[in-house]
Amino acid sequence: MGADSLLDIDGLGKAYGNNLVLDDFTLSVGHGEFVTLLGPSGCGKTTLLRLVAGFETPDRGRITLDGADLIPLPPEKRQVNTVFQSYALFPHMTVFENVAFGLRLKGVAGDELGRRVATVLGDVRMDGFAQRYPHQLSGGQQQRVAVARAVVNRPRVLLLDEPLSALDARLRREMQGELKRLQRDLDMTFILVTHDQEEALSMSDRVVVMEGGRIAQSGTPREVYEEPSSLYVARFIGDINLFPGTVRDRLDEKHLRLDIFGQTVVAETRRPFLPGQAINLLLRPEDLRLGEGAAKVAPSFGGSIVERSYRGSTLDTTIRLDDGPVLKACEFFDEDDPDFDYRVGERVQVSWVKGWEVVLADGE
Amino acid sequence: MESKTRPAVIGLVALWLVVFGVLPILLLLGASVLTQDPAHFVRLPLSLDAYRQLLEPAYLQVMLRSLKLALITVALCLLVGYPFAWFTARLPAGWKTTILVLLMIPFWTNSLVRTYAIRTLLGTQGLLNKALLALGVIDAPLQLIYTDLAVVLGLFYLMLPFMILPLYANLDKFDYRLVEAGRDLGAGFARIFVKIVWPLSLPGVFAGCILVFVPTMGLFYVATLLGGARQLLVGNLIQQQFLNARNWPAGSATSVVLILLMALMLAAYRLLLRRAATARGPQ
Repeated sequence: MGADSLLDIDGLGKAYGNNLVLDDFTLSVGHGEFVTLLGPSGCGKTTLLRLVAGFETPDRGRITLDGADLIPLPPEKRQVNTVFQSYALFPHMTVFENVAFGLRLKGVAGDELGRRVATVLGDVRMDGFAQRYPHQLSGGQQQRVAVARAVVNRPRVLLLDEPLSALDARLRREMQGELKRLQRDLDMTFILVTHDQEEALSMSDRVVVMEGGRIAQSGTPREVYEEPSSLYVARFIGDINLFPGTVRDRLDEKHLRLDIFGQTVVAETRRPFLPGQAINLLLRPEDLRLGEGAAKVAPSFGGSIVERSYRGSTLDTTIRLDDGPVLKACEFFDEDDPDFDYRVGERVQVSWVKGWEVVLADGE
Repeated sequence: MESKTRPAVIGLVALWLVVFGVLPILLLLGASVLTQDPAHFVRLPLSLDAYRQLLEPAYLQVMLRSLKLALITVALCLLVGYPFAWFTARLPAGWKTTILVLLMIPFWTNSLVRTYAIRTLLGTQGLLNKALLALGVIDAPLQLIYTDLAVVLGLFYLMLPFMILPLYANLDKFDYRLVEAGRDLGAGFARIFVKIVWPLSLPGVFAGCILVFVPTMGLFYVATLLGGARQLLVGNLIQQQFLNARNWPAGSATSVVLILLMALMLAAYRLLLRRAATARGPQ
């Protein structure tokens, strides 16, 4: 719990009957931070959001905002606002009335009301839509209004529950950028819930990967992507290739010698391992390098192309190694290289960029 | 195949409506502008006497009184039916069905029979008085039957499901997340009801009110059985004009006025629905 933290969640637990949804969950969020809770459905991320908003009561644990206990306060008394997954715009009110709803309750009226609503509609690029009704707006526009309706109240923390899940892929990417910009411009604390790893990586200052009501890993997008602490995290965020093996010995503080499919592999890791321990070597598809003919670099594993698909800027290849595993490789397209493309069934040698590997103990 | 059945089905329904809907109303309209005749019910010449008669204080009084009782019944049904419909709509699916079935079961009994049942409850020697006497709450039987209260209670009892069902249909569709959104934005329950739940339920409220109001004006036997001879409603008036006074023009004119009143309310309801639809879009 940092001294400068805004929202502190400490030992939070919540069960529905026998189903433990959140288990001893602890998280501190600093002012102005963009934190994303990432996990599959049922991992407790939405429950956590509802606990902070006040729609649910925890079985145990504490939630404090600026050091003050939040739990006894009903949702309407919390300086926290939510952007709902379904938007939950009031269908019988215009965009203006929707956005003005919270301000009116605070006694804001007249010119100031009009000014503040207009400003925030400008922030979400919805000026000119004030007199429309929600059903007259597209999904993306409704989403912007939902954000405007929440941020206009200047909450200490803005909670976003899968806000982009109903939008199509192109609009989703556009809105990711806009939300990030808005969060920076308003200097507001955002907690976003999503099951979309791309969304989590592209928007957040910090990604909290959740598993079964607990934190599997918490870190910057780069940390959770490049240094996953478990197979669960690695698998959830992006595609992953696994090379099972055993530890032979430690070379130095940074380097470990591994036995993988009969070859000796030197891998970079500072984690402690015992000789003989079963491990998995993890490599992202973009870490892999494919070459034709005999091996030029060691280590390198022989295999054949199973499938290839052209994705515009990249070429995705599936390779079956002679030793068994099926790998996915993703390479940037190089028009100048005549050998770049492969035929299905063609022999290749698979290696990787040194130092990009991650070593995890088997079962981690 | 379909090209033949479709006009046939539509034709049948249209014929039904003409024979049992349009034609009687036209007859009523015709009778209302004729002159009373003791032997042949109605005769020429055309006359607006029946309508002029309706403006007499005695008739106006009955009209106003009916209106008052009907409005009280509507208000009572709404007051009880709204929370009932709201909480039923929030129940788990299995419970909803049970409650709705329980609500419908009394319909299997004729409403006249049920009105008699209320008589046995409210009568001077009725169950309620006997129970209160036995419990020592009162020393002498209360005059419950043959009062306005008895009429309103009877109408309320008979009409309550007509209020609950359209309200339930509306409130069951209500998106409860809007309540959470309202609370999230700082509104308490009272404000959420006034600003969000109530306006969105208005189509259901109006449907329920019309369904209760319209029959209430005409349920003459409830007034006869529970209100006695003194409790004259428009329905009783029409019945008496036709059967006792043999004044068909007057009875017809009263009916026409009642039909016009209903048509007016239905038109207002349609207008409200259309306005709600343009504001909110198809639900």
